[in-house]
Amino acid sequence: MKPTASAAAHVEAVPEPAAPRGLPIAADFQRGLDERLWRWLTLSPALLLLLALSVLPLVNLFATSLFTVSGSGGHSSFAVAGLNNYRALAGDTLFRAGILNTVLFALFAVGGQMLCGFVLALLCTGVTRGRLLYRTIFILPILVPGIVVGAIWKLLLNFDFGLVNQAVELVGFDPLNWLGSANTALASVIFVDIWHWTPFCFLLFLAGLQSLPQDVYEAAQIDGASGWQELTYVTLPMMLPTIMVTFAFRLVLAFKVFDEVYLLTGGGPGTSTQVMSFTLYQRFFREDQTGYGSAMSVAIIFMTCILLSAAFAARGRMGAAK
Amino acid sequence: MTTSPRARPLIVHALLIAAALLVLIPVLWVVAAGFRTQISLLSGAFWFTPVLKNFNEVLFSKTSDFLVNYRNSLVVGTLSTLICLVAATLAAWSLNRMSWPRWFVHIFLGWALVFHMFPPLALASAWFTIMRTVGLDNTLTAVVLAHTVLNLPMALWLMGVFVRDVPLELEEAARLDGATTPILLWRIVMPIIAPGLVATAILTFVFSWNDFGVALTLTMKQTATVPVAIAKFAQDYEILYTQMAAAAALSILPALVLLIIGQRYIVAGLTQGAVK
Repeated sequence: MKPTASAAAHVEAVPEPAAPRGLPIAADFQRGLDERLWRWLTLSPALLLLLALSVLPLVNLFATSLFTVSGSGGHSSFAVAGLNNYRALAGDTLFRAGILNTVLFALFAVGGQMLCGFVLALLCTGVTRGRLLYRTIFILPILVPGIVVGAIWKLLLNFDFGLVNQAVELVGFDPLNWLGSANTALASVIFVDIWHWTPFCFLLFLAGLQSLPQDVYEAAQIDGASGWQELTYVTLPMMLPTIMVTFAFRLVLAFKVFDEVYLLTGGGPGTSTQVMSFTLYQRFFREDQTGYGSAMSVAIIFMTCILLSAAFAARGRMGAAK
Repeated sequence: MTTSPRARPLIVHALLIAAALLVLIPVLWVVAAGFRTQISLLSGAFWFTPVLKNFNEVLFSKTSDFLVNYRNSLVVGTLSTLICLVAATLAAWSLNRMSWPRWFVHIFLGWALVFHMFPPLALASAWFTIMRTVGLDNTLTAVVLAHTVLNLPMALWLMGVFVRDVPLELEEAARLDGATTPILLWRIVMPIIAPGLVATAILTFVFSWNDFGVALTLTMKQTATVPVAIAKFAQDYEILYTQMAAAAALSILPALVLLIIGQRYIVAGLTQGAVK
């Protein structure tokens, strides 16, 4: 970073290094000016980005949600709809299915990932040889794009030639139409998400386990604690903060699920894998319902924040109880 | 931590290897599918003669834009990472080290956190409208801006952790020696937070590279990024499974390179907030 013109001017204005000690008041005054100028300059890029691309869009969404927009491009016409768009949400079966499936998806996927991740992390701390290699392999899915994870499992879960059905037939069972049947589609999507994000939970838990103090375990062993007692009375309580943070990270992301569903099932069959983001995509972009889609966006943003805040508040109370 | 002395290393290794295979086999099977012909894949035969036809089609055929998509993804990832890092680092330093009123810091970071909870698709519709109003629809600039602000909360959070690690005495000593703010940031703060910058940069780039929903809604054929292109393979009238597999294999190359050269930064970045 080259000093800018104003920065260069500033350099001249600052007294020689020895001067501040001689003139403390002038130096303080100078420093106050410097502070005020630079605290705004340093904050402004992020502030402008957030104002222009998070606050403004939200205002825009809310304003648009009060209208029925017809036509597209530069020729759209607005008709005042008041709160009608919001009323219509209640009767939208796709929207209702989206909420229900998103909640089911988030709970089961995040629960599964955390359980698998914790077991793997425990196993991994138990070995010394090869730990780095295991970690390298387990990190891989975190870095793979969601759409590629979708592509991978769309191939593997394919009814005709997928590896999963090949394995199922090998053990003597009938192949299942994992993604095409309403009974298994949501479970399959949840399974894929568990595959995708267990490694993230594993990584956080491993770091957490490795940072636990050793002496507590020595004390537990001297007291003759069994492996199970060690886990429930020593490891789990001490890991609680890490577990809660991981849960929060994953829950936030799980509510945003879109990529995998888009590629794996497209919300189907029927509405069995319809999730919030996908419903929104259909209503706003595919069906061009700008006003109604905006109302749905506002509703989803509102609900997501309420649900997650409630989850975090519950977490806070649990943390306080400990 | 050591588990109890009764731990049986063999069983533990067996379980870990099974888990590793569960991670690796799907990826490898799909990479392998990229080297198969459609007939060989559909027939389900285990053995096959590898062909390069799919990669040729994806990369060099006249009907494929994959190289353009790849370039778009690289441009968007690099630019949004750079802007995001500069904005987040300066802001994190400003909020932590300058005399902002506490309520202001709380509102700023609180809003970033709330914004992080919004599903990107809910914002994409508004971004789409705004970008069209200012004439940025169907441009890479629009995607760069969207990815920058999407990653900003995470970058703010991470850089906040790293900036707080810079010893306050060091900054005060530099001030006493007459360092101005730019010099202080460049000479004192930057070298200390450099590893944190690398970690944040890798994660920001990967998240931008991986984003599908926002890129899908803000781009058209010529501005599409890699994930959007991959989804197209699955949507055509006839799904081109082997070409989709080849494109998927090509798309995880940057992540593989980053995993090999920057694993310790990735781990540092991902675990930073959770353990500290």
